[in-house]
Amino acid sequence: MTDTTIPVTTRKDWTSDQEVRWCPGCGDYSILAAVQMLLPELGVRRENTVFVSGIGCAARFPYYMNTYGMHSIHGRAPAVATGLAVTRPDLDVWVISGDGDALSIGGNHLIHALRRNVRLTILMFNNQIYGLTKGQYSPTSEKGKITKSTPFGSLETPFNPISLALGAEATFVARTHDMDRKHMQEVFRRAHAHDGAAFVEIYQNCNVFNDGAFEKITGRDVRADNLIPLEHGRPIRFGSEGQRGVVLDPDGRLRIVDVADVGEDALLVHDEQRDEPGLAFQLSRLAAGPDEPTPVGVFRAVERTEYGAAMGHQLVEANERKGPGDLAALLRSGGTWTVDS
Amino acid sequence: MSTATEDHPKELDRVVIRFAGDSGDGMQLTGTQFTSVSSLFGNDTATLPDFPAEIRAPAGTLAGVSAFQVHISDHDILTPGDAPNVLVAMNPAALKANIGAVASGGIVIVNVDAFDERSLEKAGYAANPLTDGSLVGYTVYEVPMTSLTLEVGKEAGVKPRDAERSKNFFALGLLSWLYSRPVEPTLEWIAARFATNALILDANTRAFKAGHAFGETTEVFESTYQVRPAPHEPGTYTNVTGNTALAWGLVAAAHQAHLPLFLGSYPITPASDILHELSKHKQFGVRTFQAEDEIAGIGAAIGAAFGGALGVTTTSGPGIDLKAESIGLAVSLELPLVIIDIQRGGPSTGLPTKTEQSDLLHAMFGRHGEAPVPIVAPSTPSDCFEAAFEAVRIALTYRTPVFILSDGYLANGAEPWNLPDVGSLPDLQVDFAVETNHRLEDGKEVFWPYVRDERTLARPWAVPGTPGLEHRIGGLEKADGSGNVSYDPLNHERMTHLRAAKVAGIARDFEPLAVDDEDGVGGAPVVVLGWGSTYGAIAAGVRRIRARGIKVAHVHLKHLNPFPRDLGDVLRAYPHVLVPETNMGQLVKLVRADFLVDARGLSKVQGVPFRAGEIEAAVLDMLGVDAPAARDTEDIGG
Repeated sequence: MTDTTIPVTTRKDWTSDQEVRWCPGCGDYSILAAVQMLLPELGVRRENTVFVSGIGCAARFPYYMNTYGMHSIHGRAPAVATGLAVTRPDLDVWVISGDGDALSIGGNHLIHALRRNVRLTILMFNNQIYGLTKGQYSPTSEKGKITKSTPFGSLETPFNPISLALGAEATFVARTHDMDRKHMQEVFRRAHAHDGAAFVEIYQNCNVFNDGAFEKITGRDVRADNLIPLEHGRPIRFGSEGQRGVVLDPDGRLRIVDVADVGEDALLVHDEQRDEPGLAFQLSRLAAGPDEPTPVGVFRAVERTEYGAAMGHQLVEANERKGPGDLAALLRSGGTWTVDS
Repeated sequence: MSTATEDHPKELDRVVIRFAGDSGDGMQLTGTQFTSVSSLFGNDTATLPDFPAEIRAPAGTLAGVSAFQVHISDHDILTPGDAPNVLVAMNPAALKANIGAVASGGIVIVNVDAFDERSLEKAGYAANPLTDGSLVGYTVYEVPMTSLTLEVGKEAGVKPRDAERSKNFFALGLLSWLYSRPVEPTLEWIAARFATNALILDANTRAFKAGHAFGETTEVFESTYQVRPAPHEPGTYTNVTGNTALAWGLVAAAHQAHLPLFLGSYPITPASDILHELSKHKQFGVRTFQAEDEIAGIGAAIGAAFGGALGVTTTSGPGIDLKAESIGLAVSLELPLVIIDIQRGGPSTGLPTKTEQSDLLHAMFGRHGEAPVPIVAPSTPSDCFEAAFEAVRIALTYRTPVFILSDGYLANGAEPWNLPDVGSLPDLQVDFAVETNHRLEDGKEVFWPYVRDERTLARPWAVPGTPGLEHRIGGLEKADGSGNVSYDPLNHERMTHLRAAKVAGIARDFEPLAVDDEDGVGGAPVVVLGWGSTYGAIAAGVRRIRARGIKVAHVHLKHLNPFPRDLGDVLRAYPHVLVPETNMGQLVKLVRADFLVDARGLSKVQGVPFRAGEIEAAVLDMLGVDAPAARDTEDIGG
């Protein structure tokens, strides 16, 4: 199929007739807009596009897309999407999830979908809080967080979603944030193009229950100094003047430096295609939390056999080896005897 | 019962043999092959494998005993037999665990080599039962199986440790001689099974032949026996277990529906064999997905169903608890889905390898909210094929999840099956939606996912990839018709009633109940109502009661939800209703509640199926007939 057969669409074509019911000011609106505005550029068809979600604020997303969609149950979207993607390789299957949905109740499904490398574009809205249940701490909330369910402070160490995805053998891992549509769209475009499981963490502001969680790094005034853009093949540097950068110390650790102190050539050149995920993992640990310089962009993008394709290949092979399925032969495969009349 | 002349085998109409040994002794293999060769010979057969949950419990202990019971006959039989006539015990533990079940006067063949002090102690025997007189009343044959097997193993050049492992083939050879089984099919089977290991193949063949020769030459045994072929309907037969029949039924149903089959499953005893079997048949376009957990298994099946595949999930015991939430989702989504539950003893991990029918109420009600799910229950191993077909038919026609309630007994039990003509299998073709189905007030033609078929109340199945029918579905309550999220109180009530009416309406498709009553419905003073795997024991019990000249009726349910529409009238036609179940009385609760009949339950929760004699005794008791139940050894049918 060539692009010329794809009908030209606009955001309106991808927007359903359902009223969007997120809280006014929610970061989800900008993510929805970014996706709806990006899809017309991807050369894909509405009927071949499916959004699958679990439960949570983010999980309402499919209702707002004029595509096929399923709002399933809490945490299970990667499982449902896996069944769909492997039986229908002709479809683009997106998974919309949140930090509670993907990392708490659905943690198991997420890591296994990543490990298998099922062709899914997984967008995880991370607002570090439970919104739909009105403000309990989530598995990405910082330790000590005061919430309705932790009036004396949360006792738990949060997950680092990028580290987790890398540890789960993910082949595509990226981070973006809800304040920068262009950046989101570039990351989503890459994730969609990836032939395998693509995991995208989106820092998303919950203005009702966790307002400003990412303000220190994503705010317009501070962004340049606190977001470290990862660009494949380019030295890792940031700051309004590009004055800061990341170096790999002889002891194997990453460190943020002033470029003036070390020289441009000393900076680490980002290689998202490194087979070995160690450096990507270290990059994911560069910031302890979203209040100090934090890498965004694509951490890792490597090729590995896609699960559904491999499954389909086994079917083709069996067909070639055994011939097409023959029911009469199947029923006789355990040995038979005949009783004559 | 038997006639004998010198040198000629004694004729038996039937015999029940139990092979018992350590779980590593190969008793399941031995029993299965003895069954196969008997089926091939033309007998009717029924089997009851019984093995521990542990893969290798400590050798020689009671916990590690694995047994396989087979009933072979010259007439049609319905159960694996109440009590074995013959016990083959490979060690003291196997003897101790099984001797209680053996019919009085039965034959006990022991591997005498295993009755050393240490093994006796491990089995908990204070004295050697072979010498202390405790086996009086049985005919005991002491056969040095281990040492004779070691001897032929040496000839084959196998190390003693490996040679010892062939002793089950010695036992198989001996029993083949004793019951006049043809030898060639077993030799061919050994050759095929061990084709990749010439040494083991040789050792097993020699052990089998040695066992056979031992019987022939030693004159230890007074006689051999013969069980003649049973009259069978003409046809091509195979021996099939319930799990295999389920797997084949799914493949066949998907084929007849022209849909790709997708199985999402997590390994669990005793359901895993369905996953194993289906994973072999990729040339039929069957995709099997071993999921990360039970929830992912059913979740993926739902996803596949959304995409237009025939989605299936299989499980047992605790697995069904874990799937409950997802089943509710499938009810709400109104997508076709088949959920296979191979019931086992509970609660919790319970008895993983033992049978029970204790998930009926779970299948009926085990979800939050009003979430009706149709239920189909096979009654015999081969009937599992039909049950798979029926479940798929209902799922596709009504766009609903459907339960198949099999159990451990059906799953692992085998019986001869007269194979259906694949050309005569029903067509299950299903039409996906391809057009809009609703006109809005402004005249715009749209697709509404919850517009229903007038007759079936099924909603359209519009699969992704169909232009113009893009829609969203989910677990939130939906507006009747449009399928949009709706919290409207009256809409919720309407949708609840619609979902219930859709499932209730499935009963329109059912044939009138087949009531086994010689005098027509209401003729007998009592009806035995059963479901699922109790079929064989109930039917055999009914035969025994009739042999006494007492009238009794039998109704067996294939559909547990909805019930057949004539069930209430049928039950009310009898003064007495007895409902035997291997649970604490689940169906009996439902029929009492639904039909206000004074049905009485007969409960058994021992992890084993009913014996025909137990059904017989319960019916006689219900009728106030003061007569002892017939023993299995008496010749009034099994």
